[in-house]
Amino acid sequence: MQTAPEPSKTEKEEHVSDHPHPDHLKTDQQSGAAILTQCLVDQGVEFVFGYPGGAVLPIYDELFGDERLRHILVRHEAGAAHAAEGYARATGKPGVVLVTSGPGATNAVTGIADAYMDSIPMVVITGQVPTGLIGTDAFQEADTVGITRHCTKHNYLVKDPAELQSVLEEAFRIATTGRPGPVVVDIPKDVQIAVPSRRVAAKLTASHRYAPQMAAPAEQVIEAVEMIAAAERPVFYTGGGVINSGPEATRLLRQLQDITGAPVTSTLMGLGAFPSEHPDWLGMLGMHGTYEANLAMNKADVMVCIGARFDDRVTGRLDAFSPDSKKIHIDIDRSSINKVVPVELGIVGDCSTVLGQMIESWGARKPQDLGEWKARIAGWRARECLAYPEKSAKDPSAIMPQKAVERLRALTHKRDPIITTEVGQHQMWAAQYFGFEQPNKWLTSGGLGTMGYGMPAAIGAQLGCPDALVIDIAGEASIQMNIQELGTASQYRLPVKIFILNNEYMGMVRQWQELTYESRYSNSYSDSLPDFVKLAEAYGWTGIRITEESELDAGIEAMLAADGPVIVDCMVAKDANCLPMIPSGAAHTEMLLYGDAHEGTMDDEAKALV
Amino acid sequence: MKIAHDNAERHVLTVTVDNEPGILAKITGLFTARGYNIDSLTVADISADHAISRITIVTGGPPQVIDQIEAQLDRLVPVHGVVDLTTAGPHVERELALIKVTGTGEARVEALRVADIFRASVVDTTTESFVFELTGAPDKINSFVALMRELGLVEVGRSGIVGMLRGAEGS
Repeated sequence: MQTAPEPSKTEKEEHVSDHPHPDHLKTDQQSGAAILTQCLVDQGVEFVFGYPGGAVLPIYDELFGDERLRHILVRHEAGAAHAAEGYARATGKPGVVLVTSGPGATNAVTGIADAYMDSIPMVVITGQVPTGLIGTDAFQEADTVGITRHCTKHNYLVKDPAELQSVLEEAFRIATTGRPGPVVVDIPKDVQIAVPSRRVAAKLTASHRYAPQMAAPAEQVIEAVEMIAAAERPVFYTGGGVINSGPEATRLLRQLQDITGAPVTSTLMGLGAFPSEHPDWLGMLGMHGTYEANLAMNKADVMVCIGARFDDRVTGRLDAFSPDSKKIHIDIDRSSINKVVPVELGIVGDCSTVLGQMIESWGARKPQDLGEWKARIAGWRARECLAYPEKSAKDPSAIMPQKAVERLRALTHKRDPIITTEVGQHQMWAAQYFGFEQPNKWLTSGGLGTMGYGMPAAIGAQLGCPDALVIDIAGEASIQMNIQELGTASQYRLPVKIFILNNEYMGMVRQWQELTYESRYSNSYSDSLPDFVKLAEAYGWTGIRITEESELDAGIEAMLAADGPVIVDCMVAKDANCLPMIPSGAAHTEMLLYGDAHEGTMDDEAKALV
Repeated sequence: MKIAHDNAERHVLTVTVDNEPGILAKITGLFTARGYNIDSLTVADISADHAISRITIVTGGPPQVIDQIEAQLDRLVPVHGVVDLTTAGPHVERELALIKVTGTGEARVEALRVADIFRASVVDTTTESFVFELTGAPDKINSFVALMRELGLVEVGRSGIVGMLRGAEGS
């Protein structure tokens, strides 16, 4: 580097030995790369998920021999981003990613967009070509800040090494506070090498730049409590925001439910905040939610949305969504309120803080007698919407995938496992049949719906929770999207388990083709599948295949008994569909249930919906 | 299959932001990505240390969309505040235009006469052209440009709208 020569190693070592106190590292003798690693240590970072390359070599050299940070070498940058997401969701701490410029950054974009949609705290450090080469189409140059502008909560290109420390501190604060999300810090290679002679203080001291509103105004809390107290048919609809807000939010949600008696449903992202074994738990709502949850939403007179965002997968047809309810929406992101569903009372605030305020405001009141409402719910529950056919119509001897998930739950439940998933039918079956009692145990790609999320997320979760049983419930198609990460788990001896529901189809695509396109299975068959057992063995994993229902329990037990990582290739019925289902463009009251005929076509209006 | 279009109403928003690289791209990109309209956009830094910029955006949409635009802008980290002048109360909107007109004889005289009526000033002239500078509400500029079209209009440059609330209070 012409402009900013790196201090020689000896110079640095002398410096360290002269000053035994940790504060010595804050002096101006550090290169950009050293400032970065020091900031990561100061932020309490344990793991950096990354992949080296030309534009991050100075940072990798800093990491060499630094025992304060553990670098996890993934096999593809998408894996790094998803692993960081898995770590973040399982631990509540921000995930940290380190990738090189150009393809390193673009490969990470899917994971960044995924974290943005699901509000996962993440800081992504990307290398960039030296400042003098920016804009010249240099080797491995990409406009990372431009590309990630709309899939990050905020992003930076750091051109002055003096700003690096303050930018990183701000990046961590933005990623982890308010509505969490990914923040990208793009650092040109010369900035990593240069030694700044001064440091610029953080901009965030200016309070108006970034100050999420945590507590709700008292009058809004009182109004919300009055509405709930007066409700005859209340329902709590909770989302990922409760989990992001931390374990205290989960505890307060349970307390508020206990004093109000309201039944609770949750989005895909919110599973675990309310215990699935509770009598007032309605199950997940939405497209593949339960009959009782969707009908309770439809018939409620007061709906309290806590940390959810009225996603189209939740609402179904908007003009028929919960038509008779007064709606309260608690969200830390003001733009979520009135975005798709107009509400009577929008409360901007942190779930945990606002739930605490509501409990305090509720005081010693008694709720309305909800007996009639609960009786109606019991009637809907009696429909047993998750009771799937015992046998596949086309292959009566095949294992039903729902059965496989139920057995997996039965045999692992007492170990309180962390479940990750890929995306598709298996994901919905896991959501429907697994059942969670605690938050941070369910890691899935909700908003973006990213196939290939589950295995790297399991790797991140296993690192964050080394003693936990971590299982990726997968499909044979999704798992191949980041199959290279098998090597990462092997390298770090992570005992993750992958349970593949193998139906030889992109099952959800096949299901939609049955519903919408008269069963024309265009490109949804998983042809030329690898032998997953041999593949597992090739990576030093254990491979187990289950083909008969009689082998199911033994196969799962063998998976649990193995010390190291295991792939279970569980062959399941190829024709099983995931129900209940609200078809595209339908209302909560128009669910398809097991036993309903559903093959055929749809009009263009319905086809156009996602 | 029909694609629905909503009835739009016009709103003028002022957005105060940190004057940092990429902020304009962030804001215009937000409008594109979420399908909002920009009718006009002006930006300049307004503080002595060049740290703060003020952006004035004229946009259109149904009330709930305008509310969303405000909320989406507000959630960007470098955005300090958003004010919807249209709902906030009485306000002034001004635009500056430069208008080049060529002509000789009666058309040239008429152009100068109309300019006088509109209180446009002549900022450049040759024996066969004028460049007029005109400040005012967009309607006034529209009317002036329409008249000049008949009198040898060559080129129009408009700044887009800058707006501010009336009265003693800052927004």
